[in-house]
Amino acid sequence: MRFAFYPGCALDSSAKEYRESTEVVAGDLGIDLKEIPEWICCGSTPAHMASRLLSITLPAYNLVRARAMDVEGVVVPCASCYSRLKTANYRIARDPDLKEKVKRALGEPYEGDVPVYHVLEVLDRVICEGGLEGKIRVPLEGLRVASYYGCLLVRPPDITGFDDAEDPQLLDRVAGALGAQPVEWRHKVECCGAALAFTQDDIVLKLSGEILEDAQYAGAHVVSVGCPLCHSNLDLRQRNIEKYTGLNLGMPVLYVTQLVGLALGRTPAELGLKKHSINPLPVLKRAGVKV
Amino acid sequence: MARIGVFVCHCGSNIAATVDVRAVAEAASRFPGVVHSVEYRYMCSDPGQKMIAETIREKDLTGVVVAACSPRMHEPTFRRLAEKTELNPFLVEMANIREHCSWVHDDRGEATAKAIETVRMLVEKVRRNSPLEQIRVPVTRRALVVGGGIAGIQAALDLVNAGVETILIERSPSIGGKMAMLDETFPTLDCSQCILTPKMVELSQHPLARLYTYAELDGVEGYVGNFKVKVRQKARSVDHDKCTGCGLCIEKCPSRVPSEFERGLADRKSIYVPFPQAVPDKPVLDRETCIWFTQGKCGACREICPVEAIDYEDADEISEHEVGAIVVATGYDIIGRSLYGEYGYGKLVDVLDGLQFERMCSASGPTSGRIVRPSDGEVPKTVVFIQCVGSRDDSKGRPYCSKICCMYTAKHSMLYKHKVEDGKAYVFYIDVRAGGKGYEEFVNRAVDEDRVVYLRGRVSRIYERDGTLFVKGADTLSGHQIEIRADLVVLASAVTAAEGARELGQKLRIISDRYGFFTEAHPKLRPVETNTAGVFLAGACQAPRDIPDSVSQASAAASKVLGLLSADELVREPLVARVNEDLCTGCFACEAVCPYGAAERVKREDPRTGAEIEKAYMNPGVCEGCGACLPVCRPGAVDLMGFSENQIYSEINVLTESFKVEDEAK
Repeated sequence: MRFAFYPGCALDSSAKEYRESTEVVAGDLGIDLKEIPEWICCGSTPAHMASRLLSITLPAYNLVRARAMDVEGVVVPCASCYSRLKTANYRIARDPDLKEKVKRALGEPYEGDVPVYHVLEVLDRVICEGGLEGKIRVPLEGLRVASYYGCLLVRPPDITGFDDAEDPQLLDRVAGALGAQPVEWRHKVECCGAALAFTQDDIVLKLSGEILEDAQYAGAHVVSVGCPLCHSNLDLRQRNIEKYTGLNLGMPVLYVTQLVGLALGRTPAELGLKKHSINPLPVLKRAGVKV
Repeated sequence: MARIGVFVCHCGSNIAATVDVRAVAEAASRFPGVVHSVEYRYMCSDPGQKMIAETIREKDLTGVVVAACSPRMHEPTFRRLAEKTELNPFLVEMANIREHCSWVHDDRGEATAKAIETVRMLVEKVRRNSPLEQIRVPVTRRALVVGGGIAGIQAALDLVNAGVETILIERSPSIGGKMAMLDETFPTLDCSQCILTPKMVELSQHPLARLYTYAELDGVEGYVGNFKVKVRQKARSVDHDKCTGCGLCIEKCPSRVPSEFERGLADRKSIYVPFPQAVPDKPVLDRETCIWFTQGKCGACREICPVEAIDYEDADEISEHEVGAIVVATGYDIIGRSLYGEYGYGKLVDVLDGLQFERMCSASGPTSGRIVRPSDGEVPKTVVFIQCVGSRDDSKGRPYCSKICCMYTAKHSMLYKHKVEDGKAYVFYIDVRAGGKGYEEFVNRAVDEDRVVYLRGRVSRIYERDGTLFVKGADTLSGHQIEIRADLVVLASAVTAAEGARELGQKLRIISDRYGFFTEAHPKLRPVETNTAGVFLAGACQAPRDIPDSVSQASAAASKVLGLLSADELVREPLVARVNEDLCTGCFACEAVCPYGAAERVKREDPRTGAEIEKAYMNPGVCEGCGACLPVCRPGAVDLMGFSENQIYSEINVLTESFKVEDEAK
């Protein structure tokens, strides 16, 4: 399994632990990730607010680099990058005018045909193909996990084609395969408030607060995520959320790759678990996970 | 010698503004066989027609080409005109220089050249036209109605009351359809059962009506005026001739299953009458859940029946009937709750669909008319009604409006407020579409008198916690996100085509649209006819439709049937395939491709050997003249009357000839 790896900007800054854990886990599971040389920012929200062409060309630039790498496709850990790359493929494949404009901007043609996978989709595939067998050293038995998908992995369904948009199961399936217990809860695909954190943070505090409160209500020990921005909102801002809502949460938020790493017997330091603002170790220990 | 007249129409400026009509008439006057060629402002007008008629007589024309609009528009006009002058109508052809020319081109020179070529082709064709006679076929004065809801019942009643014997088949054990499930009806709030059951009884007792309930249409053969239909009477396991309808078997039956009629809000027995006012009021046995049929034991119903009407050996019976016309009135279904992940995939028991709420409101329903939460039986103090669930929603593949939901949601909210006076009712809507007599006033009553709160926006999610339903949505008028904590939610689920509609359509050879609704012959001018002659549509099988519209459409379909059956014989266009038996080799490739089943086998004697051989025969009563049989006929024995190969090729030849001349000139 050979993929081009598109880490995206967040994984070099606020979500370094997501990158570390992704690389560690990929190595353990025999997923060959080759970083796209000289990749650039996908444009994220600012690009598509500013120019449609720019918002498609930036991801296309990276996809064209990946095309030259002799790989199955591109693996993306960030939900926002995933959405932008998928959107670029979707639009280019359906709009000949746009394709022509992108070609002019890039200086070479691109058909929108390099497959894009979220790291979670690849993990699910590996697990379904039995890639986890004999590799679990620390089964996460007793750990109750609220799988949080957020908006951009599942929506718009036509573009991402990621599982069931209203009741996705991928993350729950991965957690289950690690021995953990996925909880039934209601905020799997609700919005965390995303980038409104920078402009109207009260909206984020409210929405993220509802998500964390429901995870707690459902009896989860931890929330598992696949998006750096969701992670920031749920983890980094959790103290503010508690102040704003009056809730007493203390809910660790882990990247899915960190959960997998734990089950594979990796140490908290290797997985960057100490980088979170809500320290997961006491909760994991309480739930009976050997860390 | 051909003596052809060409009449070039200006159609006001419709043609004349783009095509040089004088040049067309001028050019046509020099075509071989043309003895008269003129242009005129409006050929279809009275003076225009008079001019053509006079010319036909004076110049003793043997053929006419009217260069004007599409034949779909005025071919019948000019053919009727020819008939009056005693010219065979099939010697008149239209050269379409409007839709196919002036309307779609800008360049006057090129458009004129194209118009001239078009007329040239049609002149060549008309030179080879032969007089054809209308086909006359006998008519069976009996009708079939498929579907026993209000549309089917109304159509059947109109037919029997006009003296036409009518067979009605209904696949469920009783007639009545969806209307029988409703409580009160908008916009008058009169009781649905009270106005429907008299019609059900009237039909069942009418001497000219023959009801087949728990029956399906098995097959259809034949053609307009002469259909042969097979009706499959599903095994009821109860002899309805012996059964007195005493109900002891139902009482004794130990097997309980969710009732379809009560939409799963109550149980029925495995041997059952779907509802108290059912017609016929005699039970059927559902073999899929019956303990005798699934486990081979029990037999309680047979033991208790005082008249020995229970028959476990009963089998499906197929009966054949001849009918002259068929009315399809198979109704609709509503979209399943399980399609809506955001509304709990149908797993939230206190989220009901519209028909479930109807049953709950009904005095004869599972709660005797009390509105309660299915989860705990409590009276809901806050109810949220959501419109357009599945309708006007491209993401669920249904961009159309279901038409009835705005009205029935207003009704539901009213019924709730009438029963729970201190309750709060909220309606989420996109638009309120209340087009109909008394409809807008009805919705206003819900808002003004019953204080129902209308919120413009969609609901994004419903989830349940501790027995409360959290309804999250947007109020797009105030621009706020809102969350309502509700005790009960009622979905106005989209109207969809009835289950099995497509398969039925295939049997009847009628077309369905992409959503499974049957397609009418013309959306405005032939709304109850289909493209298959003799098959008519009534009610919601054609499109979402409320009771008043279904009833009017049913009566319209019935009157179309009566018109059809009023004649002793039917007249059909003679533009059908005909077999030259001398050339036919009896390979029956035509039989394999004919979509109408018109190709038949006839026995002939081989003129040399005297042996019996088979030849193809195209039944002119069935053939629709589609021409599919022509290209597959290897010996070229089939030809299409009015569109013979000779005619078509001569059109093509004359066109390619003039191209050649043009090329050489260049």
